[in-house]
Amino acid sequence: MAVVSTRAGRLGNRLAITAVILVTLVFLSPIYWITSTAFKPLVLATSVPPTVVFEPSITPFVKLFTKRAQLTAPVDPAVYEAAPWWEKLILDGGERLSRDGKGEIVYSAYPDRFINSLIIAVTSTVLAVSLGTITAYGFSRFRVKGEADLLFFILSTRMLPPIVVAIPMFLMYRAVGLNDTHFGLIILYTAFNVSFAVWLMKGFIDEIPKEYEEAALVDGYTRMQAFFKIVLPEAATGIAATAVFCFITAWNEYAFALILTNRRAQTAPPFIPSQVGTGLQDWTVIAAGTVLFLLPVAIFTFLLRNHLLRGMSFGAIRK
Amino acid sequence: MAHIRLKGISKTFGNHVALKDLDLEIADGEFFVLLGQTGAGKTTTLRLVAGLEKPTAGQIFIDGQDVGDWGAAERDVALVLQQYSLYPRYTVRENLEFPLKSPIRKSSPDEIKAQVDRVAKTLRIEHLMDRKVDRLSGGEMQRVSIGRAIVRRPRVFLMDEPLSALDAKLREALRTELKNLQVNLGATFLFVTHDQVEAMAMGDKIGVLNNGQLVQTGTPHEIYANPVNTFVARAVGSPPMNLINGQVEQGSAVTAAGQRLPFDGHDAAAGRALTFGIRPEDLYLEGGAPVAARVHDVENHGVAKIVTLRLGDSLLQATVPTQTSLKIDEEVRFSWHPEKVVLFDGASGINLRHAG
Ligand SMILES: Nc1ncnc2c1ncn2[C@@H]1O[C@H](COP(=O)(O)OP(=O)(O)OP(=O)(O)O)[C@@H](O)[C@H]1O
Ligand SMILES: [Mg+2]
Repeated sequence: MAVVSTRAGRLGNRLAITAVILVTLVFLSPIYWITSTAFKPLVLATSVPPTVVFEPSITPFVKLFTKRAQLTAPVDPAVYEAAPWWEKLILDGGERLSRDGKGEIVYSAYPDRFINSLIIAVTSTVLAVSLGTITAYGFSRFRVKGEADLLFFILSTRMLPPIVVAIPMFLMYRAVGLNDTHFGLIILYTAFNVSFAVWLMKGFIDEIPKEYEEAALVDGYTRMQAFFKIVLPEAATGIAATAVFCFITAWNEYAFALILTNRRAQTAPPFIPSQVGTGLQDWTVIAAGTVLFLLPVAIFTFLLRNHLLRGMSFGAIRK
Repeated sequence: MAHIRLKGISKTFGNHVALKDLDLEIADGEFFVLLGQTGAGKTTTLRLVAGLEKPTAGQIFIDGQDVGDWGAAERDVALVLQQYSLYPRYTVRENLEFPLKSPIRKSSPDEIKAQVDRVAKTLRIEHLMDRKVDRLSGGEMQRVSIGRAIVRRPRVFLMDEPLSALDAKLREALRTELKNLQVNLGATFLFVTHDQVEAMAMGDKIGVLNNGQLVQTGTPHEIYANPVNTFVARAVGSPPMNLINGQVEQGSAVTAAGQRLPFDGHDAAAGRALTFGIRPEDLYLEGGAPVAARVHDVENHGVAKIVTLRLGDSLLQATVPTQTSLKIDEEVRFSWHPEKVVLFDGASGINLRHAG
């Protein structure tokens, strides 16, 4: 009997593992696709059927960071010899790097856009999580008049697909001069995220016994000190989970970034597809931009993984 | 150390009255136990004294000063809760240091270390100092909680059922330790419990709380020997006081079922419905005694046996010496010590002596 059930258990285990592997493969396949494209020569990027085995090259990444022009005449062999290895990759592809009047290489806007994305996503995440945590603490610990209504109102701001308000937002932003500013996108993303952060954090903070803070109050600490010393460390798991969600939302946001920014404050998501140049569509460059764009979220999530594993069971904060 | 006084304290939560017109006085250095069933308002009283809650009406004085507007930190009290008073992320040492590191105290690191080590030694938790508190057993945790309270010599110790989550043996051990500690520190304690044995064992004074009202305060002996009403009579003592309905006729106590027992004159008692209260140890079994009953049950408690007697359809409990041999359903005869009988009004349940 025991043997049979053990066998059944083992079989169940194997099935589960197989299922997990299959699902993981399905989810990873687009990532594999985009990553492999980022290392392919242009001709292979669009080949049908897709090429799986190829010699990887980093030409797309060189292209991503530079501005180029078509070669109109063959390169002078002396110039070719003098060029660094990565410039040769471009020359081999029948293009040359654009240079300014002083002969310096002209870089593409990608690094700037990427930094814009970082500034905007990080700032709005910090703001949304801090505001959300403080607000959630207030709702959780104090008697707030009309608490249920207020919480519902906060949530209701998420019920509308945000894109519905894109046009009014655009007009308002133009009127007050927030178009194409970092600040404009930061407050917009913060506003998106804060309602979500309040709800998520309230769940986590409700789980922290208020006795901890009360003990601190009795021990001679102010409520503020108790909040920072006791509540915040206890809420770390929730804060990590909330931060990851807010960061992903802000980092990946495309529609508003496209409408409300065009140069100075433009983020990476609208910039990357704008690389689909006139004439030639260089998918490998887009893939390279996308792969780099995936990294921050991956790194951020990886760093917080221990917190997340506990945090994902929403509110189950004590083992 | 301190003297505490609660004057006309009421506390309502919405429509719910948690405490009603409470007057309470705790002398300097007294071990005061607040005894009450669940929901009686014990925790609420503690929280009011600690300053975690504001009374709806009434005043609280610590050392004669009205502390109504004082925050919890300023009151300089220590609180030990039933659970959750330790910070799970901290080690035992960090927990013990926490009250001393408060910005209002500004102790030097040397002082802190000395204090913490002293407390660790007193409570015999030195070997646990570097452990995270969630790796402690319940008894160790409560020891550390108590340590966190005594580490900074507050004016008053407030303890909310600190022992009730522990098993019986540990509870008894810690009870003794806590009591010794209080005597050594000479500290004022307000200790809350629902366990009357604990209250009797530890209290210099006991306050019995029922439904938000303080029913009786007094020494354990006063409360045990002379409960103010049948509620207290039932609440205190294990086994509880026997309560028998009846009346006084021609100088005898006559139960509702018609048995006659000796009575030790009390004029006010004649001719009205009464409840006779008698402690189990004041009932005795004797061959020639006036009332017959059957043995319903016998429990051997080592120091004595507790016999449950069936008298008509009511049950009475009596304490008898261990060597008494009794068989279930055996007929026995019993009587009581008439001078030990407490008289309660049959309708209101109030002790006639207290009703004055
Ligand atoms: N914050 C609150 N809001 C509403 N009602 C409350 C609140 N705190 C206490 N009460 C109510 O007040 C009454 C007294 O509560 P309290 O916690 O003082 O009881 P207790 O004697 O400590 O009981 P226990 O032995 O179960 O701890 C209870 O009926 C309780 O439901
Ligand atoms: Mg309580």
